[in-house]
Amino acid sequence: MSDDLADLTIAEARDALRKGETTPTALTEACLGRAEAAGALNAFVHLTPEIAMEQAHAAEARLAAGEAPAMCGIPVGVKDLFCTQGVPSQAASRILDGFRPEYESTVTAQLWRAGAVMLGKLNMDEFAMGSSNETSAYGPAISPWRRQGDATPLTPGGSSGGSAAAVAARLCPAATGTDTGGSIRQPAAFTGITGLKPTYGRCSRWGIVAFASSLDQAGPMARTVRDCAIMLGAMAGHDPRDSTSADIPVPDFEAALRGDIRGKRIGIPREYRMEGMPDEIERLWQNGADMLRDAGAEIVDISLPHTKYALPCYYVIAPAEASSNLARYDGVRYGHRARLEQGDGIVDMYEKTRAEGFGDEVQRRVIVGTYVLSAGFYDAYYNRARKVRTLIKRDFDAAFEAGVDAILTPATPSAAFGLGEVGEDDPVAMFLNDVFTVTVNLAGLPGISVPAGLDARGLPLGLQLIGRPWGEEALLDCADVLERAAGFVARPERWW
Amino acid sequence: MSIDIETARKVAKLARIRVEEERLPALAGEFGAILGFIEQLQEVDVEGVEPMTSVTPMRLKRRQDGVTDGGYPDKILSNAPDAREGFFTVPKVVE
Repeated sequence: MSDDLADLTIAEARDALRKGETTPTALTEACLGRAEAAGALNAFVHLTPEIAMEQAHAAEARLAAGEAPAMCGIPVGVKDLFCTQGVPSQAASRILDGFRPEYESTVTAQLWRAGAVMLGKLNMDEFAMGSSNETSAYGPAISPWRRQGDATPLTPGGSSGGSAAAVAARLCPAATGTDTGGSIRQPAAFTGITGLKPTYGRCSRWGIVAFASSLDQAGPMARTVRDCAIMLGAMAGHDPRDSTSADIPVPDFEAALRGDIRGKRIGIPREYRMEGMPDEIERLWQNGADMLRDAGAEIVDISLPHTKYALPCYYVIAPAEASSNLARYDGVRYGHRARLEQGDGIVDMYEKTRAEGFGDEVQRRVIVGTYVLSAGFYDAYYNRARKVRTLIKRDFDAAFEAGVDAILTPATPSAAFGLGEVGEDDPVAMFLNDVFTVTVNLAGLPGISVPAGLDARGLPLGLQLIGRPWGEEALLDCADVLERAAGFVARPERWW
Repeated sequence: MSIDIETARKVAKLARIRVEEERLPALAGEFGAILGFIEQLQEVDVEGVEPMTSVTPMRLKRRQDGVTDGGYPDKILSNAPDAREGFFTVPKVVE
């Protein structure tokens, strides 16, 4: 059986399955074969071939019965942040070493109900805190991409770096990701794939290890906009177990891809033109605007005046919420517990367990979060950040009220960097990766990264489109037009 | 913004993370760098602005206050590092 089957997109595989040209078992075997041979990428950290084959057989029966939803028989990878029943789920942290949940996250449960096939769990930054996958307890995932004539290992981005590496290397057609400040869109941009962060509340957060609950949102990572639309349909929907998930109907996102954006107004925010922005990024952005204009959209300059404060605002709110969410890792109910000395009390147990279990970046953020929430600093930092967040959201509200349908920005300020090249001695340097994406989380909006070109060294670059709240249909339609105009076909040459 | 070692020690204690004495100066440095970065927020005029409580203008749903789940202590304890006779076990808390 040819492993070329693993090259199919979701839409292609679905159509081939329905026509009987291939089977879920053949597809699953092709993907598992590729994943097993791609250990050098460190993308999959736990493969689940038995579950996969069982699900593939079940999908076969559904296809035969003629009642197969779009995701039926499609193999997917799952970010380690999602709890999957009986399968290690440790958020790439030592503190959850050995944790096998007794339950299944709502998003993955919905995917399995739709017939999707779980290949395994994917690498990520520890607790989704990072932009390069280097904070993972499993060691970093490696990008399948390399600079031309240079074997330096590159980051696939983060935190959903394993998901991005796996999809870009064609180990699987799609993977789940989560995005708190850019963790779907930045890795998608770094690896030449498409990643969608839906509107806050579109997908249930139940069963996803919490980082910053007011910002976290799950979304699809795939090779095309159409595939993201199909997969989002299976992931989205109200869940009584997540009171912040919206009780609104899930539209047919794929049907929204009409390819007609004539008369749409696309905003170009002037504050995103950063000082020192590389020419390539500037050019990519201009090209993207030209493509949308050629497709009949109207390009308008807009202002989002509080953009500059989005990163500092995020680095108060996200650590504050993280310090609270991560308080549950105390060595009592699950995961790692430190070995105790004679006479150690319960506080020693907490402190030693958390010192051993959390990596440096997680410790820093928990400590910063504890500080900004502590008596005497709560108003100066946390409350002020929440007020700034209101202002950031108002900027977007005003742009949309003025008739803007979508906003076009670069997805990242650079192409992928080498492992170890950023943030070794400056924890703040790594934060800048999220400069174009973090505003979208703070305002709860949907955002999508679409591959749009290569840099001078042959690495992918992405553009971001930002939509109105609950406007995924129009956003996907616009992204689909951009994707076709950009015609990105490059793929990494296999070295792994 | 600089953070002294005493503050770093105190906050680590509040966060229940053991930081060895020799690690404290480095932690204070990194911590200070992050606080310096978020210090920019002080420039923003937030007079009269409501702090955000919910990013989508949505009322949280209510439900009947009833038991909807439970009754499986074995599952609850299955991942515990130390569980005995149906309970989580921890070092002695009360003398």
